[in-house]
Amino acid sequence: MEAQSTYNYKVVRQFAIMTVVWGIVGMLVGVVIAAQLIWPNLNFEPWLTYGRLRPLHTNAVIFAFGGSALFASAYYIVQRTCHARLFSDKLAAFTFWGWQLVILAAAITLPLGITTGKEYAELEWPIDILITLVWVAYAVVFFGTILKRKTPHIYVANWFFGAFILAIALLHIVNSAELPVSLWKSYSAYAGVQDAMVEWWYGHNAVGFFLTAGFLGMMYYFVPKQAGRPVYSYRLSVVHFWALIFTYMWAGPHHLEYTALPDWAQSLGMVFSLILLAPSWGGMINGIMTLSGAWGKLRTDPILKFLVTSLSFYGMSTFEGPMMSIKTVNALSHYTEWVIGHVHSGALGWVAMITIGSMYYLIPRLFGRESMYSVKLITVHFWVATIGVVLYIVALWIAGVAEGLMWRASNPDGTLVYSFAEVVKAMYPFYTIRLVGGLMFFGGMLIMAYNTWKTVAGQKPVEALIPAAVHA
Amino acid sequence: MDINDLRSLFTVLTFLTFVGIVFWAWSGRRKAAFDEAAMIPFEEDGEESHKSASVATQRR
Repeated sequence: MEAQSTYNYKVVRQFAIMTVVWGIVGMLVGVVIAAQLIWPNLNFEPWLTYGRLRPLHTNAVIFAFGGSALFASAYYIVQRTCHARLFSDKLAAFTFWGWQLVILAAAITLPLGITTGKEYAELEWPIDILITLVWVAYAVVFFGTILKRKTPHIYVANWFFGAFILAIALLHIVNSAELPVSLWKSYSAYAGVQDAMVEWWYGHNAVGFFLTAGFLGMMYYFVPKQAGRPVYSYRLSVVHFWALIFTYMWAGPHHLEYTALPDWAQSLGMVFSLILLAPSWGGMINGIMTLSGAWGKLRTDPILKFLVTSLSFYGMSTFEGPMMSIKTVNALSHYTEWVIGHVHSGALGWVAMITIGSMYYLIPRLFGRESMYSVKLITVHFWVATIGVVLYIVALWIAGVAEGLMWRASNPDGTLVYSFAEVVKAMYPFYTIRLVGGLMFFGGMLIMAYNTWKTVAGQKPVEALIPAAVHA
Repeated sequence: MDINDLRSLFTVLTFLTFVGIVFWAWSGRRKAAFDEAAMIPFEEDGEESHKSASVATQRR
């Protein structure tokens, strides 16, 4: 049997397992910093303070957990929908080890206080260069596989993965332009409000392309597969894709409303954020309607529960986002806990849940099994995670609105009604509910880890055969 | 014609391109190809346990 007749499942397996591992690590750090907000004594100087652990949490969940899931699913889907083995096994292996090295470097440098200070782009310049190398290799492997495909069409999921890879390359290079002054210190190439605008052009498109486009690629493959039906409307998926591509790049200024950014740019960001509602909901409806005629499966299949619930959270947070970008709403919501709640309804509800569902589909197949060790435990995980997210979001909605109202409340003589510390004090009960919600979500990941261990332990890794015939 | 006219022109052209894509996607000509593409995830080897794909070939 020649090497070309099988898919490369090895790199998919590696990334899939690390998705579970980094999910646990990243969410544990999240639980720790949530606890630090309640009990400040849990800040251990200098390495384990909130200020240093918070970027570690965001980097770990976005780039380590989410990133590994994206690598795993992009490599799996591009092979299976192109009927071709990955373009290069060696380069694919390089992306795995290179990406793990990036994560390790982040885990060491961030607690040491080595940071550029740019949100979601905190890693210093030597790590930025490593990220660039890994990303170029990723692009070569992915697009190389597309080029050698045996199918006449490029399946829509691959369009989303391709856009995600290209957009992240562009964003990373532009936003990471910096002048090194020593091995671990650099200064941004931009200054003042331009720096802020470049940062949030990057930051919001990291949400749009890293945390949305790539995961929509998962959605367009795993939802049809698990439902056993093709996507509801393929033409809608095409329009969904191009609408997101044309719109997302312009939404970044909504992070800078009521700042030194010119007013027209703020309004532009707001308008494009509002427009984004249409393609987002088009995609959500397309995903959910794929189940039409198979709704009954939702009752019994916990993987479908994860996938469909993730789409519901996607719809909810992509409604909330445009609403929060409206200037008058933003005046209340910005800088409050509401924003953190919004981010987690997207990050836990959408990104993590679609990832978890996809991994439950993927992991047994990579180890030659029909399904996970325990389907019942998937159901338990689903309910623990769902209740956790809901607690988290609701607590921070209330906290955020209360915080915004307390900050802006003024006496007839113009002085503020509440001091800052009084507002902090009012947050405690909500911080506690949030911690409980976060702990539940984290606990769900532990259940997943146990289930994964029981699924893969003692199993032989498999390499699936590529279908021989060329169709169509 | 200053740079801002070019910027406006670019915005209009991009918008028209998008409208063009919408019409292209909904044109009857593309239907067969899209139907075929939508089935790609189900053209597989014997590994799959979900064999119910055949029930749902009549989709938009």
